[in-house]
Amino acid sequence: MSALCPECEANLSLNDVVTGEIVVCPDCGVDLEVTTVEPALALALAPQEAEDWGE
Amino acid sequence: MKIGVLLSRVRVEEKWLFEALEKRGVEYGRLDDREVKFDLADPGPWLQYDVILERSLSFGRGLYACQVLNGWGIPTVNTAQVAATCGDKLATSAALQAAGVPQPNVRLAFTPEAALEAIEAMGYPVVLKPVIGSWGRLVSKVNDREAAEAILEHREVLGNYQQQIYYIQEYVPKSQGRDIRAYVVGGETIAAIYRASPHWITNTARGAAGTNCPVTPELDTICAAAAQAVGGGVLAVDLFETDDRGYLVNEVNHTMEFHTSAPVTGVDIPGKVIDYVISVGRSREQEEISAANYKLPITSSAGRAL
Repeated sequence: MSALCPECEANLSLNDVVTGEIVVCPDCGVDLEVTTVEPALALALAPQEAEDWGE
Repeated sequence: MKIGVLLSRVRVEEKWLFEALEKRGVEYGRLDDREVKFDLADPGPWLQYDVILERSLSFGRGLYACQVLNGWGIPTVNTAQVAATCGDKLATSAALQAAGVPQPNVRLAFTPEAALEAIEAMGYPVVLKPVIGSWGRLVSKVNDREAAEAILEHREVLGNYQQQIYYIQEYVPKSQGRDIRAYVVGGETIAAIYRASPHWITNTARGAAGTNCPVTPELDTICAAAAQAVGGGVLAVDLFETDDRGYLVNEVNHTMEFHTSAPVTGVDIPGKVIDYVISVGRSREQEEISAANYKLPITSSAGRAL
């Protein structure tokens, strides 16, 4: 299974992961949450932003 | 020339910025804001940088780092003063007001009772925003008195004292369900997008879709004025379009994201940002050369060099 990192668009190949699992993108180091594994792997940024995060 | 890039994460924007630096053959260092430490009495380790590009996700880390760096005379993009202004919505509104830049009406109050009076005087709906915060967090559209009372009560029990600073903004209905995000680099509006969403919050961090927005002279004028009002540099200006008042500046962002806008507009936003950062670094180099050529030794009253 593979999916794009929503942070850096790196292509991640992951096996034996479950929904809700946190994985680390090897390219940019961001924590990612596996949101679905079937029918396709999907990743989202893990919910950890701080109160003063932003742009 | 060496540029430091202070960052929290390597997002796609940072990757593009690194590519732009490498394309121009500029030496740079990545500075992780989770690891940096400052000894205020010892700028030594930082003097290798001609300029620091501040890309922290954290407003606090970016602001305080820039305050220390600017205090040492090391330029930052943006400056600490710009970060302090743009990171606080009330400070931004005050700067826009002082410069005569059109914006939605804003009222300020410090207690729930005074805030409720200010809201009722402004008329529903209004928008309540935390003075510190981004990505639309805790931004509330208040449609009636019951909602106002509920939100003000909730704000009273939130831990951060800034939640008890009541920033009340006129609700501006979005023309065609969209607003505008414009990018200003060194006083020039280089690109803009429309941000459209069925939700009243049109933030791309909240799922709004971006399409190219032509940069007209009128748009450039107000965006450049807004950027100048907060101190200038590399800035993203958010605007509303109105039928009767033209453009209104909603917010100005000092560590802008552009992963949606660069592909949509076709403008090399990271390249233009890096060119600006290089120009700031070169200005500092020139100042140092001038200072070295003309500097006289500082002497004590006894005539000894200090």
